[in-house]
Amino acid sequence: MHNATASVIETPAYVLSRLQKMLLYAAFATALFALLLLLMSVVQGYYDGAILLASVILFVANYLCLSTVTIHWRNAVVKGLASTLAALLIYYQLDSNLAENLRLADSVNNTGGGAGFNGTAIAGFWLVVLSAWLTAWLCVEHLSSIETLSRIKNGVLSLVIPLLFGVWLLLLWEFITRGAGVPQVLLPSPSAIAERFSNSIPTLVADFKQTFLKAVLIGYAIGCSAGFIVAVLIDRSPFLQRGLLPIGNLVSALPIVGIAPIMVMWFGFDWPSKAAVVVVMTFFPMLVNTVAGLSAASSMQHDLMKTYASNYWQTLFKMRLPEALPFIFNALKINSTLALIGAIVAEFFGTPIVGMGFRISTEVGRMNVDMVWAEIAVAAVAGSLFYALLSGIERMLTFWHPSMRN
Amino acid sequence: MTTEESSQTGKVIEIDDLSLTFETSDGPVYALSDINLSIEQGDFVSLIGPSGCGKTTLLRVIADLEAATKGTISVNGVTPEQARMQRAYGYVFQAAALYPWRTIAKNVALPLEIMGIGSAERKRRVQQNLELVNLGGFEKKYPWQLSGGMQQRASIARALAVEPDLLLMDEPFGALDEIVRDHLNEQLLSLWAKTNKTVVFVTHSIPEAVYLSSRIVVMSPRPGKIHDVIESHLPKQRSLDIRETPEFLALANRVRDGLRAGHSYDEPEL
Amino acid sequence: MNPKSATNNIIPVIVVLSIILLLWYVAAVFMNMAWEKDQYERADNQQYTLVDLVSGTMKQERPVLPAPHQVAQEVYKTTVEKKITSKRSLIYHSGITLSSALLGFGLGTLLGILLAIAIVYNRALNKSFMPWVIASQTIPILAIAPMVIVVLNAIGIQGLLPKAFISMYLSFFPVVVGMVKGLNAPEVSHRDLMKTYNASAAQTFWKLRLPSSLPYLFTSMKIAVAIAMVGAIVAELPTGAVAGLGARLLAGSYYGQTIQIWSALVMASILAALLVMFIGLVGKLVNRRMGLSSHA
Repeated sequence: MHNATASVIETPAYVLSRLQKMLLYAAFATALFALLLLLMSVVQGYYDGAILLASVILFVANYLCLSTVTIHWRNAVVKGLASTLAALLIYYQLDSNLAENLRLADSVNNTGGGAGFNGTAIAGFWLVVLSAWLTAWLCVEHLSSIETLSRIKNGVLSLVIPLLFGVWLLLLWEFITRGAGVPQVLLPSPSAIAERFSNSIPTLVADFKQTFLKAVLIGYAIGCSAGFIVAVLIDRSPFLQRGLLPIGNLVSALPIVGIAPIMVMWFGFDWPSKAAVVVVMTFFPMLVNTVAGLSAASSMQHDLMKTYASNYWQTLFKMRLPEALPFIFNALKINSTLALIGAIVAEFFGTPIVGMGFRISTEVGRMNVDMVWAEIAVAAVAGSLFYALLSGIERMLTFWHPSMRN
Repeated sequence: MTTEESSQTGKVIEIDDLSLTFETSDGPVYALSDINLSIEQGDFVSLIGPSGCGKTTLLRVIADLEAATKGTISVNGVTPEQARMQRAYGYVFQAAALYPWRTIAKNVALPLEIMGIGSAERKRRVQQNLELVNLGGFEKKYPWQLSGGMQQRASIARALAVEPDLLLMDEPFGALDEIVRDHLNEQLLSLWAKTNKTVVFVTHSIPEAVYLSSRIVVMSPRPGKIHDVIESHLPKQRSLDIRETPEFLALANRVRDGLRAGHSYDEPEL
Repeated sequence: MNPKSATNNIIPVIVVLSIILLLWYVAAVFMNMAWEKDQYERADNQQYTLVDLVSGTMKQERPVLPAPHQVAQEVYKTTVEKKITSKRSLIYHSGITLSSALLGFGLGTLLGILLAIAIVYNRALNKSFMPWVIASQTIPILAIAPMVIVVLNAIGIQGLLPKAFISMYLSFFPVVVGMVKGLNAPEVSHRDLMKTYNASAAQTFWKLRLPSSLPYLFTSMKIAVAIAMVGAIVAELPTGAVAGLGARLLAGSYYGQTIQIWSALVMASILAALLVMFIGLVGKLVNRRMGLSSHA
């Protein structure tokens, strides 16, 4: 009897993890308090329809999940919809400048010493923001808990989950900077940065051309190919390899960007001096990785080539270079980031009046922080696209490597 | 010329008083000592012995992957190095050692590319040898898409593609399971019977050695030397059932006795 | 890897280093030659010999490329002969850079380890945050350094903290990535073993996951400390040439003091190399104590 019941496999009941339960209670409680506070402020004579609606939506959504047993994806949809709607309403409220008015009224109130509706309304507003964020986090929690074997569903999930996280990071940034009136010079809101971005596209393009298309790409190409060629040249001398490898490894860890002022003295203010910094920065990682890659073939593979009486070049091209490809791509990827850092930092030491590093250092000086953020956004996008391109090529050329075969 | 001469005399490999000593930081290691062996055209010779007896080292000396420190050795009447330069043998390793970035067909074509053989001939030989090891239809697959047994078959096809008269095999089926191994043994034997190639085969499996060989060389360790050479008069065409016959069992017992005598079980294995 | 191969490498390394030094001298002669010739011509002195020229290139005040011994002398002069409290002491400047780099590195490593643990134990965090951590490796985060410094300055935070913040931010990401990899490193069989013991999550963490993550942690700490050093140097640029090795670089480039730039650079390199080697050594000792080969 006991055995019989134990061996029955039941579909596992839906359970929330401890963290998810805590989040759910928190989201529900904040929504409830927000609703109460906002209703209080209505009684006090202040009515804000958008925020009130948002709090109602969040309250209902979290109450539903609290009271009914359901499954992860359904929960995720409810939370996602609720938090998105709430976010839109909060955003609308920010746009209508009510937050600004509220804050102004609040400061007037505070200095005047009278306790009016503003305190409760503001507390309600922030509780709604908090509840919306907790609800969104719950949505991510539920999405992450979905177990599926479908490759497409997994692919979509692995894209949607980080995207949701990123979007909510931006939303919180927006709500806090604008809702709390953080000074522009301290931290501009994403929307302000986006506006600055779209207004200064010609400048950004010119900077991108100067720094990325000239200094980074040219320096990267020269540095990587020089590292590769030297690695192949010293390949036949184990003595030189043993000498150069520890030095190369060490140099890769040194603050090479520091040579920027020297390069500026040698090659002038324009892009060649920045490219020179990039050349030096990218040379050693490529050298070290290629040398390691060229010795990656096993002794059995070497024996195999020996039984074919294969000459040096045949062995190099048919066995050792393909075997070294993953190492070479590793260096190419490391170097893509290093090159961008090198070029931008080198521009801090002096440039003509164009370039991403130049723009960052001068606009910081002028306290135009939004322009700095716009420039950083360009650098981030350029850096990740460059990296993604290299990863794509790597995937195509080293599809056979165990790390690429899933 | 030399190849013809040696095939007339019938001696493919001649080894006289061969020794090999490795110098290590812990003092010299006597890997091979006073080896005398001659292998004739069409022989299937197995080298069998416990680990550390130098059977693989001996095979590597024949292939010029290792140089002897004393004595003489000739392969096809010339030095092993010259034989290697003439691509006189095909070598099959313990692992398949296929290149993961090449398809099966491209892997089999690898030695032919290095030898500078034209693409039409290359294609013909790849096709022929892949079919010989029953891998027709897998040309476009990558090695990592095949099972271990199929990979090892591809590596045998690669060795055969050179069209050597001499096949050197270093425990080629050691990593495979018993059933796959039996199957490949059968295929190897019928290949040998068909082509009259000379095979030198390293193994540590007694049934495998007895089943495959026309001659079994029993080796003993420290220093590595030949303990016994056993002639087998089993028919050239054998099926797996032969392993149940008294003749087979007698041979197997003799090999086992030889291994026991050459190997003292009192001293602990390193 | 083993001590023997390390000693085997000493001679080749010395040879390669001497080749580099030799090339440096040759380059110094050629790059400083033009200025030297110019000097003689201005003095209308045609009576100079090649020896005069070459020895002249070794003694210039502001050479295009200072000779190695000039840099060595400058380093010696500004470290041994100057009082540590002096503004011209390289040790004083190194101390400033080093303290912010190390503070930032320490905080970044701590934060990185904590976040890695959170990521390993929370699926949502792993799926939502980890992709961004990895993506952040591909963007030039160092570019935000001037902004952070200036903005923090504007709200009254000055001195060590803003620079340490940059170093912390930079060293944080590699530690998270390495530590997550390390905490997930135990094989399935090892984890299954813990499961057969009915070990609690905390027990599995302390007895299996944490020990097996240590080699990864030290590998990423080596990267982190190197980048923390770079961060501290770059963070000294925007506030102008006040103090620190970065400031020395900047001041040197303002006034064309090449020897000063080179000596600051050499000092920064020595410090970075020592830090990386120190962490490498600690990592090796820890690995050896745990019976792992010290490949990490």
